[in-house]
Amino acid sequence: MQEIGWKVGGKQGEGIDSTGDIFAIALHRMGYYTFTYRHFMSLIKGGHTNYKIRAANQVLRHHGDFVSVLIAFDQTTIDVNWPEMVDGGVVLYDQSSFQAAAPSDRGVHLFGIPLTELAKGAGGAIMKNMVAIGATAAILQLQPDAFLPVVQDKFAKKGQDVVDSNMRALRAGYAYYAQHYDVSLPAPDLPKKTADHLYISGNQATGFGALAGGCRLLAAYPITPATEIMYWVIEHFPKHGGLVLQAEDEIAAINMAIGANFAGVRAMTSTSGPGFSLMMEALGLAGMSETPVVIVDVQRSGPSTGLPTKTEQSDLQEAVYGTHGEIERIVLTPRTVEECFYYTAEAFNLAERYQCPVIVLTDLYLGMSAQSVDGLPTERVTIERGKLISDDALAQMGRFAYQRYDASLADGVSPRALPGQKNARYVALGNEHNGVGLEVEDQQTRVDQVAKRARKLANFTHESGVSVDGRADAEFALVGFGSTWGVLEEARASLEVHGLIVKHIHFSRVAPFPASALEAALRGVQRALVVELNSTGQLAQLMQQHVNCHGVLANCLKYNGDPMSLKEILTRAHEVFPAGVLN
Amino acid sequence: MSTIQDFQTERATWCPGCGDFGVLNAMQKAAVNLGLEPEQVVIVSGIGCSGKMSQHFGGYGLHSLHGRSLPTAQAVKLANRSLTVLAAGGDGDGYGIGMGHFIHAIRRNVDITYVVMDNHIYGLTTGQASPTSDVGSRTKTSPHGSVEEPIVPLQLALAQNCGFVAQGFSGNIKQLTSLIERAILHRGFSLVNVFSPCVTFNKVQTYEFYKRHLVNLDDDPDYNPNDRITALHRVAKAQNIVTGLIYEDPERASFDQTVYGYPDTPIAANNWVLSREDTAEILATFR
Ligand SMILES: Cc1ncc(C[n+]2csc(CCOP(=O)(O)OP(=O)(O)O)c2C)c(N)n1
Ligand code: SF4
Repeated sequence: MQEIGWKVGGKQGEGIDSTGDIFAIALHRMGYYTFTYRHFMSLIKGGHTNYKIRAANQVLRHHGDFVSVLIAFDQTTIDVNWPEMVDGGVVLYDQSSFQAAAPSDRGVHLFGIPLTELAKGAGGAIMKNMVAIGATAAILQLQPDAFLPVVQDKFAKKGQDVVDSNMRALRAGYAYYAQHYDVSLPAPDLPKKTADHLYISGNQATGFGALAGGCRLLAAYPITPATEIMYWVIEHFPKHGGLVLQAEDEIAAINMAIGANFAGVRAMTSTSGPGFSLMMEALGLAGMSETPVVIVDVQRSGPSTGLPTKTEQSDLQEAVYGTHGEIERIVLTPRTVEECFYYTAEAFNLAERYQCPVIVLTDLYLGMSAQSVDGLPTERVTIERGKLISDDALAQMGRFAYQRYDASLADGVSPRALPGQKNARYVALGNEHNGVGLEVEDQQTRVDQVAKRARKLANFTHESGVSVDGRADAEFALVGFGSTWGVLEEARASLEVHGLIVKHIHFSRVAPFPASALEAALRGVQRALVVELNSTGQLAQLMQQHVNCHGVLANCLKYNGDPMSLKEILTRAHEVFPAGVLN
Repeated sequence: MSTIQDFQTERATWCPGCGDFGVLNAMQKAAVNLGLEPEQVVIVSGIGCSGKMSQHFGGYGLHSLHGRSLPTAQAVKLANRSLTVLAAGGDGDGYGIGMGHFIHAIRRNVDITYVVMDNHIYGLTTGQASPTSDVGSRTKTSPHGSVEEPIVPLQLALAQNCGFVAQGFSGNIKQLTSLIERAILHRGFSLVNVFSPCVTFNKVQTYEFYKRHLVNLDDDPDYNPNDRITALHRVAKAQNIVTGLIYEDPERASFDQTVYGYPDTPIAANNWVLSREDTAEILATFR
C-alpha cells in the first residue's frame, strides 16, 4: 500500500483543525482514502495540538504510526512529534516566527518557509495554514488547482475575495517551496474512483444512523467527545419532524429519552463517561419499566473527568453491569464508521423489539476521526417496532383486561400500548409490579416478573456479535472490541507478512455476551492477545467470565490517552506469541 | 363524555386522611370538567407518597424516579402534543432532589401542569425534614430543629417568571379543582403547589392549621393575578400562607410555539422513514 502521513501542529487556537480539515477534504475529493486523528487538549487557547492525516489509495481504518510531512507552527510540534517522523521525511516550519532545531541523525529534512510573511503578502497572517498546505502540495506534487473546490466550499460564504486570497496564499506556499527546495515525496497513485466515496466521522455516522433508524428526539447535555452527535442531529432532526433538547444535565437527558419512548417516539441520548455515570439510575428505570431507550456513550479517558479529550475503552464494564439491581440490556460496540451508522439505526429496532435499554458504545477515536469510506449501509436500515398492541385488539379486550406486563408470555416480551390508545391505560414504573403495572411487593409476583424480563434476552440472536478475520485454523488470535478493529486488522496483516498465522476475533456486541460465537472462534487457539484501551483488561475479564479461556489469554493494554498504535500491538505480539514462529 | 369513575382505579394506598386523597379527587374532577378521556391524560410522578398519584389516577401513568418527573413529563408532552400531561410529586421530590429540573422546566416552558403535594415533610421515608420545612421544625433528621431556610415555591417560580403559578389546599377541593383546570388550560408550564397535610408525620401543618391561617386570594376582588411584582409582594406578606391563582401571564409563548421546526402533528404520529431522496441528500453532504 502506498500512503502519506501528514501532520500539522501548533498551539490550540491557531487554526490547526481547520488546516487539517481543508487538507483532508481536499485529498478525499481528489479521490484518496483518508483517515484523520485530532490530538487536542482540554483548553481553548495555548497548549499543543495536532491534526494527523493518513491518505492512501485504499480504505484506511487507522491513523497510522508514521508521519512523512510535518508542518510545525512552533518548536514544541517538532519535539513532540519527532518520534513519528519517517527517515527522509520533511519538516516544514514557520521560519518567520522561530528557528527550528531537530536531531540530524535520521535524514529528516528541516525546511524553513516564511509562512506568516507569505500569508501577510496574500492578505493576512491567519492564512499561514493555506501557505503550509500549498507548500505540502509542492512536496507531494499535487496541483494547487485541485484545492480550489474545497477552498470555494469553505470560504464562499465569506465572499469571493476571501476565496481568492486563500488561493493566493496556497499558491505562494507552493511557489516558495518549488523555488527553494527539491525534495519531493510524490503522493500515491489515485485509486479508481469508487461508487460512493464518503468522508464522515463516527459521531456523524451515529447521528445519521439515529435519523435513519427513525429516532426523532435527542435529549443531551454537551460533553466532549459526544457533542458532535448533537451538532449533527440538530442540523437534521427539525427538517424531518424531529426535536433536539439541550437538557439541563444528563439525568434530565436520559429521563427525557425515556419519557418520549414511553409516549411512542424513538428517542435517544448521547453522552460520554461522566454523563453516562449520571444516567445509571434511569438505566434501571428503563430496564424495570421495560421502556425502550437508546444511549450512546462515546468513551473518553476516565475515571472522573480524567483526560477529557483523550480516548479510552474503559466504560465497558459500566455499560455491561452499570445500575443498581439487575436489568437486561443490549450493548453494541461498533467497529467502524459504517457500523456506527448501522448499529445506531438498528439499536432502535432492538430497543423496541426487546423493550429494554440499548447502549451504543463508541469512543473518542472512532467518534471524532473523520475518514473516507465506500458508502454507508443505508439500504440495510429498516424500522421494526416490535410488539405494539393494536386498537382493534384493545377494543375486543374491553377495559381493565390489558396486561402491559403479562408475565405468562413465553418470550417475556409483552405488547406495548402507547398513551392515547383506548382501553390500555397502564402505569410504567420502576417499582416492582404486577401484570397491569401496579406496584406489588408479593414474592411470587417479584419472582415471576424477574423471570419474565430475563426471558426477553435469553435467546438473543441478533448477528453473531463476534467477527473473525483471517484463517480459521490459526493457533494465535488477536482479540478486541469496538474501535480497535482497524489497527488490529493491520496488525494481523503485518504478522502474516512475517510468517505468523493469526486470526482476529473482534466484538461488535458485548451484551448479551456472544459466548457461543466466542467459543467457536477460540477453538484451536493456543494463545490469544486481548488488545484494549484500559488498564485492567475489562474485555479479557468478560471473556473469562463467559468462556473457559483462562490459560489462553494475554493482555495488551494502553491507557495513556492515545489510541493504540500498530507498533505497540506488534511488539506485544512478539512477546506473547511463541518465538520461532516469527521470522 | 367521561365520568369520575373513568378516572378511578383500585383503592388508593395513602394513610386514611392523607391530603393526597383530596388532590387526586381534584385532579379527577378537573379532567372530567374539561371533558378529557382517560386515555388522553398522562400522569408522570416521582417517588414519595405523592408519587403514587400515577397509579391512583385512571389515566396513563409513568411512575418515574425520585425527583425526575419533570424532564420525563416534558418529553412525553413533546413526543405527543395531543396528550394532556401532568407531573405530580412531593416537596422533597420536586424541591429537594428535583430542584434543578423545576427551574429548568419553568425556563423551557413546555405545556405541562406540575402538581406538587407540599406536606413540608418526607412522608414515604417516614418523616424527615424537607426543603419546605420551617426553621425550627423537629423531625427525625432535625431533632434539634431544622436550621435551613425553607424554599418558598411560589416566590421561586415567580422570580423565574413562571407563566402560571397557583397554590391550593387539599381541604378545599372545589378551589383546587378549578386551579388545576386553569393550569391545564394554560399553554405553557404551570405550577400548582398544594398544601396537602401528612396526617402521620406532620403535626404542625395540619388541616386545622391551614383552615385557621390560609388567605384565599381568589376571594379578593382587588387582587390582580397578572402582575408579577404584586404577586411576589403578596406572597411574601402572607408568609406564603395563601391560596388561589397567584399569577398568570397568558401571553408568554410556550416551548412548542417557539422552538425551531417543532411539527404540528404529534411526533409520535410522524412518518419516520427517510425517503430515498432524503437519504441521498444527506449522503451528498459527506462527499
Ligand atoms: C435517588 C433516591 N434517593 C432517595 C430515595 C428515597 N426516598 C423515597 S421518597 C423520598 C422523599 C419523599 O418525600 P416527598 O417528595 O416530600 O414526598 P411525600 O412522601 O412526602 O409525599 C425519599 C428520600 C429514593 N427513592 N431515590
Ligand atoms: S405518610 Fe403522610 S404523606 Fe404519606 S400517605 Fe401517610 S399521610 Fe400521606
